[in-house]
Amino acid sequence: MSLDKIVVTVASIAGMGFTYWFFLAKKEKEVQVSGSIDIAVEGGYTPEVISIPKGKSVKLNFLRTDSTVCLEEVVLGDFKIRKYLPLNQKVVIEVTPERSGEFIFTCGMNMYHGKIIVK
Amino acid sequence: MNSDKKTFSIKGMHCASCVAAIEGSLKKVDGVLEATVNLATEKAMVTFDPERVTDERLRSAVSNAGYQALINEEAKTESDEEKEKQKELRDLRIKVIVSLVLGGLILWGSFPGIIKTAPVFLKNFWVQLFLATPVQFWAGFAFYRATISALKHRTANMDTLVAIGTTVAFGYSAFVTVLPQLVIKIGIEPMPYFDTGTIIIGLILLGRYFEARAKAGTSEAIKKLIGLQAKTARVVRDGKEADIPISEVIIGDSIRVRPGEKIPVDGIITDGESSIDESMLTGESMPVDKITGNIVVGATMNKTGTFTFNATKIGSETMLAQIIKLVQEAQGSKAPIQRLADSVSSYFVPVVIMLAFLTFAVWYNFGPSPTLLFALLNTVAVLIIACPCAMGLATPTAIMVGTGKGAEHGILIKDAESLETAHKIKTIIFDKTGTLTKGQPEVTDIIPIGSISRDELLKLAGSIEKGSEHSLAEAIVRAAEAKQFMVSKVEKFQAIPGHGVEGVIDGARVVFGNKRLMDKESIDIGSANKEIGEMENNGKTVMMLGIGNKLVGLIAVADIIKESAKEGLAALQKLGIEVVMITGDNQRTATAIGKTLGITRILAEVLPDQKEAEVRKIQAEGKVVAMVGDGINDAPALAAADVGIAMGSGTDVAIEAADITLINKDLRSIATAIILSKKTMRTIRLNLFWAFGYNVILIPVAMGILYPFFHLLLNPIFASVAMATSSVSVVSNSLLLKRKKFF
Repeated sequence: MSLDKIVVTVASIAGMGFTYWFFLAKKEKEVQVSGSIDIAVEGGYTPEVISIPKGKSVKLNFLRTDSTVCLEEVVLGDFKIRKYLPLNQKVVIEVTPERSGEFIFTCGMNMYHGKIIVK
Repeated sequence: MNSDKKTFSIKGMHCASCVAAIEGSLKKVDGVLEATVNLATEKAMVTFDPERVTDERLRSAVSNAGYQALINEEAKTESDEEKEKQKELRDLRIKVIVSLVLGGLILWGSFPGIIKTAPVFLKNFWVQLFLATPVQFWAGFAFYRATISALKHRTANMDTLVAIGTTVAFGYSAFVTVLPQLVIKIGIEPMPYFDTGTIIIGLILLGRYFEARAKAGTSEAIKKLIGLQAKTARVVRDGKEADIPISEVIIGDSIRVRPGEKIPVDGIITDGESSIDESMLTGESMPVDKITGNIVVGATMNKTGTFTFNATKIGSETMLAQIIKLVQEAQGSKAPIQRLADSVSSYFVPVVIMLAFLTFAVWYNFGPSPTLLFALLNTVAVLIIACPCAMGLATPTAIMVGTGKGAEHGILIKDAESLETAHKIKTIIFDKTGTLTKGQPEVTDIIPIGSISRDELLKLAGSIEKGSEHSLAEAIVRAAEAKQFMVSKVEKFQAIPGHGVEGVIDGARVVFGNKRLMDKESIDIGSANKEIGEMENNGKTVMMLGIGNKLVGLIAVADIIKESAKEGLAALQKLGIEVVMITGDNQRTATAIGKTLGITRILAEVLPDQKEAEVRKIQAEGKVVAMVGDGINDAPALAAADVGIAMGSGTDVAIEAADITLINKDLRSIATAIILSKKTMRTIRLNLFWAFGYNVILIPVAMGILYPFFHLLLNPIFASVAMATSSVSVVSNSLLLKRKKFF
């Protein structure tokens, strides 16, 4: 095997490994919420994972500053909420989880994800 | 104390809890006497003491609740969302045109076959670089922006794939143009691929343009419902009529509606009568006649008469507002079938990037010469062809169209899960009273015996029953009153429990009741025995009228079966669904009614609190069970069933208890709802099959899996065509549901 082929092979394997580590092996930081929380919508959701108490109403204040089409809607399927997020305008979504568990929220095309952990 | 009123728009509202939050916050302001918020119009109406309340205090109260009050600002006729969408579409259209025109010119100057016809300057690589740069970095800027912000979150999406793919193509081409001698040195002809990157960007943006337009169509039902809202109401206050904005109507207002006008809010007719077109809410095409005391529903259309009604429900309480809320919730809910797409979507893009690395390494190591070119082009094809959007859109778009289509025809589906479960229903249990029947006993037969006339018989029965409180008596009195008979004076009236009633009319002793009463009075009913038996076998209750010691007539009373029942049940049986009737009636009456309707499985003499257990018994047979009831009395049974179907009545939409609510009260709609569910599920399955199949088949093709066998490779430009059409085709397939006929 010539040197260039070895380099390409090693680089490709490293690229695959990096892709896996970068996108799939990231640790999710959980933010405890009581009352309300601001969620920035830019290239995803910040914070991405929030933890809220069961049976308590929590206001999620989404603010989209990213004009990516995917992000213009936020979907909280388990709470039956699909909401349009106008650019640079705060949208308040109130949820009162009745059962504990993990509930995903996504963009309209299901490409960006966030998580609500109800304890 | 002085009081003033103010109506203003509120931004940021989305549900009933917003209404409560804003109302609560406004009411807390010292000096605010009343605050009503309308979700449908997104407006607040506040009554306040002008000496204590300022605009600023109202604005801050709304702001504290997390919303924005637009006091003294012009209400917008077009929503922000609509405006933003229009602007996005306009920008996208310009980018598509510029990209495709510039890309087309580059293609003309570089694609084998047509290159001969191109002007010389287009074949110049520097000119191509000049033309490709704005496409890559201006039209394609959105891909970069989305990629950079996603990478900050360590996430990736379709934009990441497009950005990497086109950057690779553009970067290589720019390199070849600027430093051709370096490429020649490694034995590759210096040939740029500017056409690939530009056409890919142009076509993907074109796909997005069509997708955005098609997606707007999926939420049309909600827009139509919101558009039904009347803008003004003609209110009669202090004897004066005035047109006021609908947001200023308060409960108890007397509202006049003239022919051809929309009814503004829900209420009860106090004066006048008319024929009203309720098709926009119920899907029922026949206008409904309404008289004083009848309920009218906001957003329906008055056809012929003029009437006045008393407003009973306004703002978020109206039937229209409730329907809008329900449909919005259903459209935001998640169908269980979506779970697979959900779990795949998180891994999809990173896996495609890894496959792109693999493709590059394999083609570079084992591909034909020039290996670098093959490796590059196939890697770009893999990145471009992958389409996670189609998977993300497959289920929700169909759910949105399906639930919207149902709402247009008076079928309100609570959530996506109910819509999904409905197609699996094997058994439907119908509550009899009020569901299969009208729930109000009516006189069905008047049979005079001897010289007495029908009218005279009904008049006598109506007169003597006037003093009775029995529910069957009510039916007879109502029938007599409908004929406007003058009730005769009854003396010595007496109710005999379990038998009937007796009294003296015009000096003659009259008895009216069942067979036991006739036996007690020694009245021979032999001659009428056959008719009595026949009527009882038809599920009717027969009462006999005797004067002196002689039988003079029979009156049968029955709960009338709904006109739509027979057809509705037959439609379900045609779908292969078992129909069961549940009732508290005795076996003989229940069997008779069941026979009329073609129901063979009857659960008779079931007490109301036993219905839930009966539902569970049938579920234990391994069947998916739906329960149809009135939504209020049957709530536990509806909740126990896999799908609870409530027949709505008037403004009282029993949303909470039921998975599906039929506001048109038409039993044929149950079969329609099931067909709608089946067709929606078929659309979802087709969408998912297409979205998954597309990626599962075409990604390996783009990697070059067919090359060893057929020497077949996928040109990245064709990959972009496939990618652009995949999302559009999924959304378009969902929109086809709109055209399907269910009714």
